[in-house]
Amino acid sequence: MIAIDLELPTASFVLRVELELRERVTAILGPSGAGKTSLIEAIAGLRPLARGRIAVDETVFLDRARGIRLAPESRRVGLVPQDGALFPHLSVRKNITFAGEDDERFERLVRTLDILPLIDRMPATLSGGERQRVAIARALMMRPRILLLDEPLAGVDLELRDRIIESIRRIRADFDVPMIYATHHPLEALALADEAVVIERGEVRMHGPTADVLRRLKIRG
Amino acid sequence: MTTAWPVVLFTIQMALVATAINIPLALGAAVAAGRMPARWRSVFDALISLPLVLPPTAVGFLLLELLSRYGFVGRLLERAGIQVLFTPAAVVVATAVMSFPLMARAFRIALGSSQRRLTDMARTLGASPSAAFFRVALPIAWPGLLSGIVLAWCRAIGEFGATILIAGNIPGRTQTLALAIYQHVQTGREREAVPLILLSIAISFGAIIASELLVRRGAESRQ
Repeated sequence: MIAIDLELPTASFVLRVELELRERVTAILGPSGAGKTSLIEAIAGLRPLARGRIAVDETVFLDRARGIRLAPESRRVGLVPQDGALFPHLSVRKNITFAGEDDERFERLVRTLDILPLIDRMPATLSGGERQRVAIARALMMRPRILLLDEPLAGVDLELRDRIIESIRRIRADFDVPMIYATHHPLEALALADEAVVIERGEVRMHGPTADVLRRLKIRG
Repeated sequence: MTTAWPVVLFTIQMALVATAINIPLALGAAVAAGRMPARWRSVFDALISLPLVLPPTAVGFLLLELLSRYGFVGRLLERAGIQVLFTPAAVVVATAVMSFPLMARAFRIALGSSQRRLTDMARTLGASPSAAFFRVALPIAWPGLLSGIVLAWCRAIGEFGATILIAGNIPGRTQTLALAIYQHVQTGREREAVPLILLSIAISFGAIIASELLVRRGAESRQ
C-alpha cells in the first residue's frame, strides 16, 4: 500500500494530496500544471519542501512529525520522467546497469522490453519510444519498491504509444512492482491502471476504480 | 627571438599555476551557486564576476591594499615570513583573480540546471550526492569545464593591469609576456615586441583550437 498525506508549495499553488493507493497500477490524471510531476517528484524525494507523510508498505519515506526524510538514494524508487532522462555519456547497457549489475535481471528486462538490439547504442541515437523503454528498464533494474512513470508517452507518436503501453503491460504482468502512472490522457489510464486519481490545481478531485473515475469525468464534461 | 623564450615559459608556468588554483575554487563556486536560492545566486554571481568588469588596475589596487604589510592578508603573511608582493607569487595571485570569473561562469553554465535533473535522476538510482556528481555531472559537463579552463588560462597569459600593480615589471623575476610587450613599446623597441605578440597569438589560438578539438571528439563519442 502507498500512503500519501502531502503538502508541497509550488510556484502557483500548494499541492495537497491525501491518498491511500492499494491497487497495482494507479493513474494520476490531470491537465498540464495540475501538480502530477510535483507529486511524483515528492515521492521520489526530489522536492525538499515536501511536508507530511509518504510511506510505501512498511517503508516510511517522509514523516515530518517523526523527523524522517529518506534521501532519494535510500528510497529505492524507480522514476521514469517524460523524456527518459538517460545519461548521454553512457551506452544503453551502462545506463541500465547504473544502479548495479545483475545479469539475470538485465537479460529479463532487455527481453521483456524488447531492447536487445539497442544495448550498445548511445542515448543520442535512440528514438523517443526507445528512450522510454530503456528508461523503464533502468528504473526496474534496481528492484524498486515502486515505479513512478511521469507522462512517459508525452511527445511519442501514436504508433510508438501502443508499443510502449504494451511494454508497460508486460512489466505489470512479469514484475511485482506497484506503479504510479501520471498522464493527462484518460485512454492511457484506462489501458493501464486499476484505479485513477484526478488532480486539478494541486487538489484531489476524484479517486476510485479507473472506469468509474473516467465515467464521472465524462459526465462532468 | 631567443631572449623571448624565458619570458614565454615563465608566463605559461604562472598561468598554469593560477589556472590549477582556480579549478577547485571555480568548481566549488559553481556547485554552491547551483544550490543557492535564486535571489542569493544573483548576488553571488555578481560578486564572482566583479574582476571581469572592474578595471584591472582597480583590482590590482585592491590586491595591493590587501597584500601590503598594512593589509589584513599582508600582515598575516608577514608574520608567517611570506613575501608575496613583487614576487612570482604576486603574478600568480593577479592572474588567478583576474581569470577566475571566466572559469567560474563557464563552470556555472556547464553544471547548470540540465545537469541538476540528471544528477537527481542518478540519486533516485541509488547514487550518493558525490557519486552522482562524479559519475554523471562531471563527465557530462567536461566539455564546458574544459572550455572554461582554456579561456581562463588564455586570460591569465594576457593579464596585465593587476599584475603590474602588485608584481611590478621586473625582468627575469616577475616580467610576463604582456609586461614585456608593454616595456618594449614604451621604450621604443617595437620590433622586439613583435615576436612576443606573435607568440601570444600562437599560444592562445593553439590552446583554443586544441580545446575545441577535444570537445568535438567528446561529442562524437556520444553518437
